[in-house]
Amino acid sequence: MKARVHVMLKDGVLDPQGEAVKHALGTLGFAGVEGVRQGKVIELDLAAGDRAAAEAEVRAMCEKLLANTVIEKYSVEIV
Amino acid sequence: MKAAVITFPGSNCDRDLAVAFEAAGAEVVRVWHKDTSLPEGVDVVGIPGGFSFGDYLRCGAIAARSPIASAVAAHAARGGFVLGICNGFQVLTETGLLPGALMRNAGLKFICKTVELEVATADSAFTDGWAKGAVVRFPVAHHDGNYTVDAETLARLRAEDRVAFRYRANPNGAMDDIAGVLSENRRVLGLMPHPERVVDPVQGGSDGMGLFRSLLGRMALA
Repeated sequence: MKARVHVMLKDGVLDPQGEAVKHALGTLGFAGVEGVRQGKVIELDLAAGDRAAAEAEVRAMCEKLLANTVIEKYSVEIV
Repeated sequence: MKAAVITFPGSNCDRDLAVAFEAAGAEVVRVWHKDTSLPEGVDVVGIPGGFSFGDYLRCGAIAARSPIASAVAAHAARGGFVLGICNGFQVLTETGLLPGALMRNAGLKFICKTVELEVATADSAFTDGWAKGAVVRFPVAHHDGNYTVDAETLARLRAEDRVAFRYRANPNGAMDDIAGVLSENRRVLGLMPHPERVVDPVQGGSDGMGLFRSLLGRMALA
């Protein structure tokens, strides 16, 4: 079973990298980009066979390591 | 007085930190990140600057989960002193021993220069050698020093006088110009600037010695 974790900065936390990407897109002529937020995707290969158990375990991994919940939010997708 | 200085893969200020502690009169033991306990009788743990584990995932994130990290947390819980500088500050926020997080510098550039700091509180073993408001010059060398914390915690840090140092000219976007913060019991300090790089006039300054002397002086009384 595979899990995909999306880690993004929380809303309201300034994302300087996203701002820089937005600025560069504007420079390239892409008008109308109103906001850019940059995050991470982490893919996990899991031995677990049970979907719900896998999701619970990946959530625990996010809380303990994969995301810093002071500044980041995460979502878990079992694929 | 015994100081333990931890080395992670990528630490590069560990020797400087050891030399600074020694210059202030401490006995220094070097500790490896895979060690699971601190040597007997350690009064202060130094977590050095540099990098750790390539700063993969987030700066300090992997180091904060390394075997020695739980021994450091236990030492702090016993009321032991901990000093985290630069990457060491990032490690301390990742372990949860200090609040907040260090994000990418607002200008996105690595900053390497000497900055002026204001001693924001003299009420800690690390800073009681100065008067509140004293100005010191320490170098900074970081890419991720933009201190970020939620509004409620920031208000608490200010109310509890836990901001140890503030930048006089904010180089990295840190909230409230914060360069260093203290734990609730005021015995854990994390700061981005490098006091250990200015402990001898041959380094271009010796302001950093004030921090190590204060700390050692306090421990001598204990």
